[in-house]
Amino acid sequence: MRILVVFAILSVLKMLIRPQVKDLKIIGYYLGKVIIGVGLFMLLPIAVCIFFKEINPLMDFIQGISITLCVGFLLYYFCKTDDDPSWMHGLIVVSLSWLAATVLGAIPMFLSGHWNSYLDACFDAMSGFATTGLTLVQGLDHMSYGHNFWRHLIMFLGGQGIVVFALSFLVRGFSGAFKMYVGEARDERVLPNVIDTARFIWILSLVYLALGTLVLGTVSIFEGMKPVNAYFHSACIFMAAFDTGGFAPQSQNILYYHSFPFEIITVVFMILGALNFKLHYAIWTGNRKEIWRNIESVIFFITVMVTFFITAAGLVQSQSYSGAVMLFRKGFYQLISGHTGTGFQTIYARQFIKEWGHLALVGITIAMGLGGASCSTTGGIKMLRIGIVFKALLQDIKRIILPESAVIIDKFQHIKQIVLEDKQVRSALLILLSYVVLYFLGALVGMALGYPFMDALFESTSAAANVGLSCGITEVSMPAVLKITYILQMWAGRLEFMSIFVLLGFFVAWVKGKR
Amino acid sequence: MRKYFYRIVFLLVLWCSSAAGGCAFGAGALVPPVLAESITSTQLIENAKQYDNQTITFQGEVIGDVMKRGDFAWVNINDGTNALGIWMSKDFTKDIVYTGSYKAKGDILEVEGIFHRACPQHGGDMDIHAQVVKKIQSGQTVSETIDSNKRNIALILLGVLCLVLILQVLKKK
Repeated sequence: MRILVVFAILSVLKMLIRPQVKDLKIIGYYLGKVIIGVGLFMLLPIAVCIFFKEINPLMDFIQGISITLCVGFLLYYFCKTDDDPSWMHGLIVVSLSWLAATVLGAIPMFLSGHWNSYLDACFDAMSGFATTGLTLVQGLDHMSYGHNFWRHLIMFLGGQGIVVFALSFLVRGFSGAFKMYVGEARDERVLPNVIDTARFIWILSLVYLALGTLVLGTVSIFEGMKPVNAYFHSACIFMAAFDTGGFAPQSQNILYYHSFPFEIITVVFMILGALNFKLHYAIWTGNRKEIWRNIESVIFFITVMVTFFITAAGLVQSQSYSGAVMLFRKGFYQLISGHTGTGFQTIYARQFIKEWGHLALVGITIAMGLGGASCSTTGGIKMLRIGIVFKALLQDIKRIILPESAVIIDKFQHIKQIVLEDKQVRSALLILLSYVVLYFLGALVGMALGYPFMDALFESTSAAANVGLSCGITEVSMPAVLKITYILQMWAGRLEFMSIFVLLGFFVAWVKGKR
Repeated sequence: MRKYFYRIVFLLVLWCSSAAGGCAFGAGALVPPVLAESITSTQLIENAKQYDNQTITFQGEVIGDVMKRGDFAWVNINDGTNALGIWMSKDFTKDIVYTGSYKAKGDILEVEGIFHRACPQHGGDMDIHAQVVKKIQSGQTVSETIDSNKRNIALILLGVLCLVLILQVLKKK
């Protein structure tokens, strides 16, 4: 579906008809609405600042919300139109919305003084919205509750989809919502109506947030934390885990808690976040067998086992850890964190390079590249595509073995039985190829700047697949070119290319198109 | 599927346990040599194998929570670059008054203890088991004074936002 739309739009853009003012107005109008939505979200950290009596952070957020709402309302005011957006408009709105949210969402972060430059704040804002988790923050252990809450909230917002949230909750009876829903890398509807789907995703996430915070907060109190900190950290960690983001309130990430139960619970949250929302819906509605039959959960299980085997073999080879508990808490934890696209760490970044050895790093890198389920908050290639490509490979082998006259029909279970078709395989392969190219492009830039191949590939894959595990390259002193490269990778990886291709085509048409 | 899941998990656990038996781990150092000079977190992380199981001195600011666990406690200490977990007797925590946060500068501690690259007692955490803890500087509450520049800019921007909203309302009429 998504690939067909891209081809259709790009073929129209190939004709190079210069976009008209009408097109800009439609894009500006909906972009304005999304920006207003992002601005309104800043009311939550403002409430947190008031609750904890943090005056200067409150001023930062008042500045941030004022600028964001001004930009949003001005766009809305000057571009007001009754025209419905086409596919092209919808996808351009999505790609621009993510850039706008990054630039505007970074304002309060930069004002806090915890980021060395505005580029660094934008890096973290994109990392948060795209649920990556790579960070350039300084002095995190002294950050205000308000700013810390905002870092985690943007992951929650980005994980569910900025545009879909803004449009489905702030606009009634909006016919273009599906186009933007697809543009945000969600081409599956849980419910027949896309607005109902978006609302279901939000309700599910909020219910899990309440339960997750309660469970994790209670465990944290038992582990010795003060109640206020325990529940604040738990809410932040839940948002980061379920939305497979990877930020944490303290600089040591999950290592700060030194707690096995805490790690077990976050593993459960990460896996929940990596599951398809359709699968969550099936389980909620009583179809529990689906989890054992669904192609995505089966492939996820297999790839976790295979990549853990590689990682564990690497760790045993490098004699990094001894004992099953250590292999679980260090090897399996980083592995599942990478595979689900979360990026929580219970080791220091440099330990990957200094202690893990290449084989273990390869295991983690493959896991990061694969990602979780489609229609979830994870990044990467996704399990459904891996499953489809694998099925297609088996089908081709069958074709060679069986007589030419044999008719081969393959099916796979994804909520219902689906017949494997060539167009699905083509679409899956195209996205898979795009991701692999993106991973290696980032690695090439890293290598050009002097980093070793394995380190550069690891960090690039982590950025492009929206994971957030770091081997130490992501730090304040890294070259600005690499910061920008990773920002673009996080953006492209989160939106799964389509919206960005269309935006590029739009600019080409704008420059070279006929009137 | 469920049957295979349990079987594979069982086999993996079995394999991990047996693989672990073949691993070398330096927990057997009986009398660790003492390094008197204070070592930075970067030195420890970059040269973890070299310092593994040695008695070292580390100093930094107490941050976050003092997490008491039975007769012991976890205290995280930040030396300005990274924070490291210190496993210490609960008695040592009595002197800790301030822990680093937005509203406080934490006490500065000097810890002498055994450094573990991958602590066997704590699931492989990189940590220090404290033997001697000294408070070398007391922390303090950071009183927050309002930044007048921030306040003025915030007020101006709020005014601009109000103007934009008034424009909207006027246009609707």
